[in-house]
Amino acid sequence: MNQQAPIQYKPKDFATDQEVRWCPGCGDYAILKGVQKTLAEIGTAPEDEVFVSGIGCAARFPYYIETYGFHTIHGRAPAVATGVKLANPDLDVWLVSGDGDAMSIGGNHMMHLLRRNIDVNYLIFNNEIYGLTKGQYSPTSRLGTRSPSTPAGSIDAPVSACGLALGAGGRFVARGIDRGQKELPGILKSAHAHKGASFVEILQNCIVYNDGVFDGVVDKSVATEAQIHVKHGEPLRFGAENAKGLKFNAKAMRLEVVTVGEDGVTEDDIIVHDETNLALAQMLAAMDRPDFPVAVGVIYNNPADVTYDQAVHAQNASAKASAKITTIDQLLRSGATWQVD
Amino acid sequence: MTNTAEITEPREGHREVLESVVVRFAGDSGDGMQLTGSQFTLSTALAGNDLATFPDFPAEIRAPTGTTFGVSAFQINFGAREVMTAGDQPDVLVAMNSAALKVNLGNLRRGGLVIVDSGTFKERDLRKAGYDTNPLEDGSLDPYQVVEIDVSKMVVESVKEFGLGTRDALRCKNMWLLGLVYWLYGRDRQPSIDWLNNKFKAMPDVAAANVAALNAGHAYGETVELPGEILGYTVGPAKIDSGLYRNVAGAEALAWGLAAGTQLAELPMFFGSYPITPASSLLHTLARLKQFGITTFQAEDEIAAVCAAIGASYAGQIGVTSSSGPGIALKTEAIGLAIMVELPLVIVNSQRAGPSTGMPTKTEQSDLYQAVYGRNADSPLVVLASNGPGDCFYTAIEAVRLATKFMTPVMLLTDGYIANASEPWMIPDFSTFEKFPVKQHTEVDGFEPYNRDAETLARVWPVPGTPGLQHRVGGIEKDFTSGHISYDAENHQRMTDVRHAKIDNIANFIPEQAVDQGEAGGKLAIVGWGSTYGPISRAVSNMREQGRDVSHIHLRHIWPLPRNLGELLSSYDTVICPEMNNGQLSTVLRAEYLIDVRPLTKVEGMPFKIREIEAAIEAALDA
Repeated sequence: MNQQAPIQYKPKDFATDQEVRWCPGCGDYAILKGVQKTLAEIGTAPEDEVFVSGIGCAARFPYYIETYGFHTIHGRAPAVATGVKLANPDLDVWLVSGDGDAMSIGGNHMMHLLRRNIDVNYLIFNNEIYGLTKGQYSPTSRLGTRSPSTPAGSIDAPVSACGLALGAGGRFVARGIDRGQKELPGILKSAHAHKGASFVEILQNCIVYNDGVFDGVVDKSVATEAQIHVKHGEPLRFGAENAKGLKFNAKAMRLEVVTVGEDGVTEDDIIVHDETNLALAQMLAAMDRPDFPVAVGVIYNNPADVTYDQAVHAQNASAKASAKITTIDQLLRSGATWQVD
Repeated sequence: MTNTAEITEPREGHREVLESVVVRFAGDSGDGMQLTGSQFTLSTALAGNDLATFPDFPAEIRAPTGTTFGVSAFQINFGAREVMTAGDQPDVLVAMNSAALKVNLGNLRRGGLVIVDSGTFKERDLRKAGYDTNPLEDGSLDPYQVVEIDVSKMVVESVKEFGLGTRDALRCKNMWLLGLVYWLYGRDRQPSIDWLNNKFKAMPDVAAANVAALNAGHAYGETVELPGEILGYTVGPAKIDSGLYRNVAGAEALAWGLAAGTQLAELPMFFGSYPITPASSLLHTLARLKQFGITTFQAEDEIAAVCAAIGASYAGQIGVTSSSGPGIALKTEAIGLAIMVELPLVIVNSQRAGPSTGMPTKTEQSDLYQAVYGRNADSPLVVLASNGPGDCFYTAIEAVRLATKFMTPVMLLTDGYIANASEPWMIPDFSTFEKFPVKQHTEVDGFEPYNRDAETLARVWPVPGTPGLQHRVGGIEKDFTSGHISYDAENHQRMTDVRHAKIDNIANFIPEQAVDQGEAGGKLAIVGWGSTYGPISRAVSNMREQGRDVSHIHLRHIWPLPRNLGELLSSYDTVICPEMNNGQLSTVLRAEYLIDVRPLTKVEGMPFKIREIEAAIEAALDA
């Protein structure tokens, strides 16, 4: 056998010759960089990677990644990706979508991709606004968001991306931040390592239509207090000098922010993150400012024994192995036939 | 169990010989009418008759028992001559209950035979069926020969020994009546006995009860004198081309054709679908054919079904999706994507009456505009139409051939009638079919995703996983060769032109239009497509036997049209186009050829009658 040393890829190996056309300062640039870095670190050959997207600013992503890419139609990327993965399970399939694409027009497909648990990585760039169509409010926009279509402020309750993903039966749910370059590749690598549908919400700043919407979470001045970086097996602590933490109030069945050393709270009172615990994941995903820090990192990771694509191929293989009718001629002659002379 | 399947002669005298008969079985949708019909079809085919069938069922799965809107029917026309349709009018109506009589009597030939279960004409039954007076007593059946039997009572009696409750015993009623009809036409019961024993092998009592009911019905015919001195009939074998035959329904033949097509293309197939009447049977059939390299995927909706098929095509399989008109409407945007990225895709449309939900279980041919024109922007694709159940096999292969050779979506039109109706079909020898292996692109040198074959204008098919061919495609207009996003004005004109030219050019790769019956040129041509084949064919042959100058032309290739069609149609003084819509093919032909094609339209949820087309021929020629 001809043994070849695996090729070491660099992030720039995953850059195309296409001019990137997002607005200067768009959070998508940082995410692109993070994904290219992740792909180099994962080390899969570019020809075995497929990026599928829908419509929106985020959906231009495949044009800038030197792999196979399919820029499809609004909301339908999960369905196209399903076909790609089922046709060839050896491919690494990535989905790139935005909050409108995934949770508004494509909400149905998102739900079914997650509950079926197809082995793809689903990245949602959540900027809480429709960018490409010039700034209308989106399903993740906060109540009262003023936009061209809601001049007096939006009046419908926003959806929580991670909460929706968990509710749909997603078995890997994570949250990252566009500018969180130290953390994002690690989250993406975990998503890739998880066998099954991996859902990653990335908080992304739209510099033109919703600039600063996440400032209360991501700005350096507030980040330590406003974010909690969740890691499996580690206590859920945050804040200056990690003084704060999350405690479970069993009587009220809810999380509480506490400070270690105050009001008799000890380190033992702080919950240790268990990424396989669905109930905890749901509480972490739901945390929002100002009462709670926003959870960043792998919130839930509880792989199923078998993914949908594996199960499909297992059924196909077993049908092949046990079939009595194996040729078209046999098929056409199956059942009652008669000869006319 | 004694074999009671031998065909017996009637008590005295002989069976009357008939050339052809139309029998209609009708009952509650839970009465097993479709099963009864398919069993009678099988035994009829085995007896050597030619035949055609028409399953006619309501949308309600189990409407309240005894009501008219729950009536399901199965019609079969069989004969000692070539049979082209399920028959204009039943000669025999087998009515399982009073509601079935009410719904179906109107179309029975005057003087025809009606067999009724008199046990279902009690006051309550009549009220549910909407009868004010008992039709068995009020003289409304006088124009017909009536056989009244308390079948319910006799069935319960005949299956008593198997310990079934009354309700279960009554479920054998269809087999009792089938047994009687078997006797009436001298049919062999054994294939149905075998079938029952196999179907209910896990429930031997149920199998035995059904067989007993079948035999009891048969014995009744043998021993009891039926009114009108009915001694049974003989319908002799038809002259049929020699070969091996089977019965086949359109959905089945279509599934087999798709499987065969992918074998000839030497590609695996991905079938994405969402349940919809009357298209679901294709999904059911293909789900059992996974050994042929077929993956079936029941998607969350119509859009996901077609999108997954497109994704599979992108990844190198032949993507297929299937639906009926409303579902095709939902898929339309994605079909546009497949046109834009030039990937093979087969879209099967089992048409039904519309618009909107329309009449899901009733047949129509009203999605021709949708198929040919029904997308945003200039978005040509290939449209094919099957003309009957067996023809679905060949049309499906043609769809796969064209989709892969030309890297294009192909819409295959069938309809509710074709999908569900069955007909005897001469089984072809698959080894004689020409293969069309698909070559996917692997050459890195000079690769551009929109490189085209000079002859077919089809673009290359580079499949993910192939080293060195990484590229991006999408729904945004793209550069003529590189596939990069392009908003260039001249490039869009060029791309629009080449998408158009590619489809037009397919006319050079399909057969020229032949004349099905009659001469090229003359006084009158009847041009049809799809499931109108049977009635047009029979009407034209009847008229030609009378010396009328009329020809039949039937289209399989709807878009692009065969390249000689314009000239061919121009060679007739008059062209009539019968179709089960408001005149769609007529409009297309008028637009393409500036020929004054006269529409003959009908949208009544059922196929044309032969005499309707004969009348149109007579009117045109006598004008």
